[in-house]
Amino acid sequence: MLSPVLCSDLAALEPEYTEADVISTVEFNQSGEFLATGDRGGRVVIFQREPQGEYNVYSTFQSHEPEFDYLKSLEIEEKINKIRWLPLHNPAHFLLATNDKTIKLWKVSERDKRAEGYNLRDEEGRLKDLSTVTTLQVPVLRPMDLLVEASPRRVFANAHAYHINSISVNSDCETYLSADDLRINLWHLNITDRSFNIVDLKPENMEDLSEVITVAEFHPHHCHLLAFSSSTGTTRLCDMRARALCDQHAKLFEEAVDPSRRSFFSEIVSSVSDVKFSHSGRYLLTRDYLTVKVWDINMENKPVETYQVHDYLRTKLCSLYESDCIFDKFECAWNGTDSVIMTGAYNNYFRMFDRASLRDVTLEASREVCKRRAVLQPRRVCVGKKRKETDVSVDSLDFRKKILHTAWHPEENIIAIAASNNLYIFQDRLTPNGHHNTPEIQSAPPKWQTQANPPTY
Amino acid sequence: MAGAEGDDSLYPIAVLIDELRNEDVQLRLNSIKKLSTIALALGVERTRTELLPFLTDTIYDEDEVLLALAEQLGSFTVLVGGPEFVHNLLPPLESLATVEETVVRDKAVESLRKISQEHSPVDLEVHFVPLVKRLASGDWFTSRTSACGLFSVCYPRVSSSVKADIRQHFRTLCSDDTPMVRRAAASKLGEFAKVLELDYVKSDIIPLFTALASDEQDSVRLLAVEAGVSIATLLPQEDLEALVMATLRQAAEDKSWRVRYMVADKFSELQKAVGPEITKTDLVPAFQNLLKDCEAEVRAAAANKVKVFCENLPEDSRETIIMTHILPCVKELVSDTNQHVKSALASVIMSLSTILGKDNTVEHLLPLFLVQLKDECPEVRLNIISNLDCVNEVIGIRQLSQSLLPAIVELAEDAKWRVRLAIIEYMPLLAGQLGVEFFDEKLNSLCMAWLIDHVFAIREAATCNLMKLVEKFGAVWAQNTIVPKVLGMANDSNYLHRMTTLFCINALSEVCGQEITTKHMLPVVLKMSTDQVANVRFNVARSLQKIGPVLDSSALQAEVKPVLEKLATDQDMDVKYFALEAISVLALA
Repeated sequence: MLSPVLCSDLAALEPEYTEADVISTVEFNQSGEFLATGDRGGRVVIFQREPQGEYNVYSTFQSHEPEFDYLKSLEIEEKINKIRWLPLHNPAHFLLATNDKTIKLWKVSERDKRAEGYNLRDEEGRLKDLSTVTTLQVPVLRPMDLLVEASPRRVFANAHAYHINSISVNSDCETYLSADDLRINLWHLNITDRSFNIVDLKPENMEDLSEVITVAEFHPHHCHLLAFSSSTGTTRLCDMRARALCDQHAKLFEEAVDPSRRSFFSEIVSSVSDVKFSHSGRYLLTRDYLTVKVWDINMENKPVETYQVHDYLRTKLCSLYESDCIFDKFECAWNGTDSVIMTGAYNNYFRMFDRASLRDVTLEASREVCKRRAVLQPRRVCVGKKRKETDVSVDSLDFRKKILHTAWHPEENIIAIAASNNLYIFQDRLTPNGHHNTPEIQSAPPKWQTQANPPTY
Repeated sequence: MAGAEGDDSLYPIAVLIDELRNEDVQLRLNSIKKLSTIALALGVERTRTELLPFLTDTIYDEDEVLLALAEQLGSFTVLVGGPEFVHNLLPPLESLATVEETVVRDKAVESLRKISQEHSPVDLEVHFVPLVKRLASGDWFTSRTSACGLFSVCYPRVSSSVKADIRQHFRTLCSDDTPMVRRAAASKLGEFAKVLELDYVKSDIIPLFTALASDEQDSVRLLAVEAGVSIATLLPQEDLEALVMATLRQAAEDKSWRVRYMVADKFSELQKAVGPEITKTDLVPAFQNLLKDCEAEVRAAAANKVKVFCENLPEDSRETIIMTHILPCVKELVSDTNQHVKSALASVIMSLSTILGKDNTVEHLLPLFLVQLKDECPEVRLNIISNLDCVNEVIGIRQLSQSLLPAIVELAEDAKWRVRLAIIEYMPLLAGQLGVEFFDEKLNSLCMAWLIDHVFAIREAATCNLMKLVEKFGAVWAQNTIVPKVLGMANDSNYLHRMTTLFCINALSEVCGQEITTKHMLPVVLKMSTDQVANVRFNVARSLQKIGPVLDSSALQAEVKPVLEKLATDQDMDVKYFALEAISVLALA
């Protein structure tokens, strides 16, 4: 696994940044040729992979603006909560981006021709002398410099009373879901004025509220299956064939908690912050505060694999609660062959777990250590006394530097890591161009490397 | 032709051409809509060599512009030089058929289908079929979906070797990787089957249908249902069982409720397609299952079909089938847990009485009507009431009237104004069914109460209702029953009620005739011209304008004119405005 090479480091070069620059979502498209990020300022940036393998900025546009809901006297932030790419339609690319309330479908397309030849004006726009106009001229298209345009195609609004946390495109390629804290709606991509409510957890009386939806995702191949997780640590699988309203789940994935280990924080740390179906569709990956778990969708009572992300924090939950860090929503990701899992942690660290060899590694994505073509060194966090010079003590971890959003290229060993306003793209150095081995954990030293000539963000 | 006549004729066309690429979408759209004018000015030669190549590459534009372009090109044949040159229209339509916006693609396909008829058989093979094949093997799903709609228009007019080729391309699209293309193929399967020779329907279409009907995507399977109905109409009766029935039975029991819903929704078409025998053996049990389906959406769709299904049952066994198989399911649906199911049933259940006759209606259906009339959901009750005429024909409405009245009263006083509005709309119908005596006795007071409802829409509907009642019962009835009550409201302390009097007079004057209007209504209106509320006064002016044509000229001159003239000097601007308007419309100046 992981010989990470920094191939694109798309960060703002100055260390100063504003809240609006903080990246809030990262997503590769189906082919991996494009990568989209959304930030708290409502911007979407799309990167395209160059033939040499580096990712460069392809298009930047403002997807959402801050709004005000006059009926409820609520500010609606412009922050992009999620981006999802649509399967390829035609040479243009389409993606859905959502903030708390409104989902937008964007088209990103190229234009390389321009019409020339006016009848009544010259090319600079000056009116011609009408007496010189004796014949009609039909405009002709001529090549011009490539222009990338982003245009909003649809706006799906007014369907969510609470904050949208997820969107997911169905494998039928004509519908998608959007989930907020209590409800999941189903949309048709061509229809903006109505959606169907397929899950509704809202109790008659809001005082009876015991859980909220944290994430929802469609199965990658079966159009009728969707999974959603809740703040109580459960993940439910629903079959849309059975009923129009999927309040009753088909399966409930939940691990029994040892009552003796139950504490004030048990429920908070068990809240599921991300769910991802494996590419095969067989497994579900869930992330809670301290662990990532792999579930076989055929077995509901316990996960088939559990990986500790940062178990050393177990003793620090009280202070993490006080600083609200305990509510951080870390995402998780599968690699292209479902053999490796990646998720983020604190101190700009991110973790990878090889499912076959059970090896794991902690790496750091930060400006100080990520040099072009340099190999990333693994990090070790120790509790108590340092055993090695390079070890990092738990007490010195910086909890303000967190890696919440990560994405793995759908086929190759290329990963994208968002650390506040910085986006790091690493690739496996051993990987020859265009070809990829099944990733496995390399014996030390791991060799993720940086790439020369960083493009500017 | 261009240029010869000089600038005067050139200028407007030059503007249109320049605006084809104006930054303002609306101007571009206007220009595209006048494309035929541009083409006419350029002449057929330049249209073919310059305008069409430009349009072929103009696919970057807004959807509405592309949509208008796709539509224009469908009737462009004359402008490119007639059928001989119609293939020149194919390149721009081909590029429009690949854009991502569904409505634009659909319009381009529609235009392509239209101009395909203008191709000679030779041109069809030389130009049109290659285009269909290019689209069918395009890289992007958008072009392949568009291709699906073009097979059926060229197939009947090409040679048998090309036909084989076309069938092969269609087969390939039916097993496309993307669900979008399979959906497009499934939705055009029935149409394609219709133009195929029967042998090929059996050898080619049936396997495709079977495959699409068991596709992994629900959205593909549900479209196959409709194709199945079309295919069934094409096959001879003796082949149905072997070729399509197994697949259709499977669709009716599909795991996905959306597919079963589609079966329920297409049930009457299916019934017609398979004929009476298969209906008896297969469709009756299938229909029973759909009426008992676990998903409410499916039950509601099936409930909607109860009437048509029963009507189309073979006459010899219709009554037996309904009484033994359908009615028991219907009885259960009357107390369904879902209100949409109940209201779907309520909208058709009454018409069963015509099919079953008087005795069965009284014995079996009447109790169900009575239950539905007491349903907690107003929509169910409304649907029953709105279909009363069916029962009236069979058993007379008296049987129901005892239960009807409380139901109507309750709806009339419902807390939701939309429910009240709905029942008002049925009042003229009810009045017709129940007769004038019953109406006067029981319902008249309701109609008057609506006039002082606190929602304007209800008051407005109530005035309109009065007019329809007078149309039914006549002017004499109006004079005795409603006119006094309406006029009485002119002295109400609430100005909104006083205005209602005026609105009623507006509605009633014409149906009541000159005598009642002049003798009873006009004095009241004139008296109200001194009301202290300006809104009432300007409505007096508007009422006078409205009832003026009903009055004779002496009344107009002697009574209306002085009042309007006085109102025209009112201190309120609106009163003045409407008074002056009335004076000019009635020509009293």
